[in-house]
Amino acid sequence: MTQAADRAFVRMEGVGHCYNPEGGPMAVQQIDLEIHRHEFVAVVGPSGCGKSTLLRMVSGLLIPSAGNVSVFDKPVTEPRDDVGIVFQKPTLLPWLSVRKNVLFPLKHKYGRYSAKDEKRADELLDMAGLAQFADRMPDELSGGMQQRAGIVRALLLNPDILLMDEPFSALDAMTREQMGFDLLKIWSDNPKTVLFITHSISEAVLLADRVLVMSQRPGTVLDLIDVDIPRPRTEQTIQTPEFAELTARIRKHIYEPH
Amino acid sequence: MNRTKALPPQSPAMKKVRAVLMRYASAIFFIALVGIWELVCRIGEVPNYILPSPSSIFHAFFDVEFSRWLTHLWATLRVALLGFGLSIVIAIPLAIAMVRSELMTRVIYPALVVVQATPVVAVAPLIIVLMGTGDVSRVLITCMITFFPLVVSTTTGMLETPEELVELSQSLRAPRYRETWQIRIPYAIPHIFSGLKVSITLAIIGAVVAEFVAAEQGLGYFIQFSTSFFKIPQAFAGLIFLAVISLLLFKSVTWIQTWLFPWSLPKKK
Ligand SMILES: Nc1ncnc2c1ncn2[C@@H]1O[C@H](COP(=O)(O)OP(=O)(O)O)[C@@H](O)[C@H]1O
Ligand SMILES: [Mg+2]
Repeated sequence: MTQAADRAFVRMEGVGHCYNPEGGPMAVQQIDLEIHRHEFVAVVGPSGCGKSTLLRMVSGLLIPSAGNVSVFDKPVTEPRDDVGIVFQKPTLLPWLSVRKNVLFPLKHKYGRYSAKDEKRADELLDMAGLAQFADRMPDELSGGMQQRAGIVRALLLNPDILLMDEPFSALDAMTREQMGFDLLKIWSDNPKTVLFITHSISEAVLLADRVLVMSQRPGTVLDLIDVDIPRPRTEQTIQTPEFAELTARIRKHIYEPH
Repeated sequence: MNRTKALPPQSPAMKKVRAVLMRYASAIFFIALVGIWELVCRIGEVPNYILPSPSSIFHAFFDVEFSRWLTHLWATLRVALLGFGLSIVIAIPLAIAMVRSELMTRVIYPALVVVQATPVVAVAPLIIVLMGTGDVSRVLITCMITFFPLVVSTTTGMLETPEELVELSQSLRAPRYRETWQIRIPYAIPHIFSGLKVSITLAIIGAVVAEFVAAEQGLGYFIQFSTSFFKIPQAFAGLIFLAVISLLLFKSVTWIQTWLFPWSLPKKK
């Protein structure tokens, strides 16, 4: 922790949560994780193991019933301005154009936005390849484009931390892979600290610097894997032996009883 | 010709005839119905005071002066629209209050159900006694009939807002009223309009019920008065006029929705 750049952006210590305030089974328990600056961490685990719960605790939407979550060395007690969220479904508002959807966080938080903000929205849309769709309505866009607009919306307030909850799981397999590469490009252009939730093992390995593997409910850490595959990652990455080895290692965790 | 028997003939001319039939099916059916009605009345020599023929209704319509129609129409329309407007003004804030606070739901909802469960027709005379025979009573009666579907549809729509959008709002720490106005209310628009469509037809019913109890004007009053003088064709003319107005009001709600909120219409494929 000597260098500011190296200090953990997100830190979880012994984090657990139980949805029933009167007690009962934990949704997640004993999570320890540190995410560093501009690091891309993926979380994989079977559905219902508490991945979304984990993300909501980092976002401040949910206060854990055990352990501590801190962002920039401050305990998380409420949602923060420097954290952006991308949801599983593209949650664009059907009554707003794509540009207005992207500007929605400003409109919603402050009630207005400036011409400068509009310019920034247009630049972000351009970067995501959506420039010519800015004035369209969301239902005129494909699922992949909608999700890209959702990512752009999360980037508008220029968050330091981006939380993504299975952002591509509603897309078909081919679009999904392409979206992964698009996301990596956006990420390398605007470096962010990313917590990326997925139930796809290959997606996790393809995108992340580290992969947190979670167990069945109550979700806990089974493994934390360093992905030492050089960037930029491409379609070729999928064919490398390292990729095969890492995905095999994760599969073993998920399919073998512990 | 080696066409198999099972296949219907599909010559281009036939296809065209079928398309035309399809397109005007409801108009053709309607005209046929009126035709049969006319025939039954003429052939069966049904007396006018039992079932007037379409032609006699038609004549009765034009026997009444146009300015008299307008007076009655205006009286009914005024009450229906004021009652409808009042119920919008009451229902939407009530729905917002119930969505925002569980306490409000617990307080208001049972009262709403009680009001809805009370037959308005039975209460109408009491309201007249209480509030007099003026427009105020009639508007109130109309409002009582129309507001419940609006409260229910608005509440349902607001509660159906996807959880993710509520979380988006929370993650921005936006003020609650913006969650209501920028997310929940727009999300409820399709539901609100379903409610408005039900309510607008109920508004006409409400106005007519009120006129049955106490009025000197209005289409409901006109029908009742014509019937009591055995001017049955004239009563039918009033009834049909009323139905047409009701239909036009219903259509106007759809037009307003298309005009103001085109995105809220069901998607046509
Ligand atoms: N709001 C909630 N109230 C009660 N239980 C919940 C709630 N949200 C999630 N759960 C439960 O917690 C567990 C973890 O859920 P979640 O974090 O959504 O899993 P995942 O995202 O990995 O599929 C699940 O068993 C789920 O049923
Ligand atoms: Mg989830």
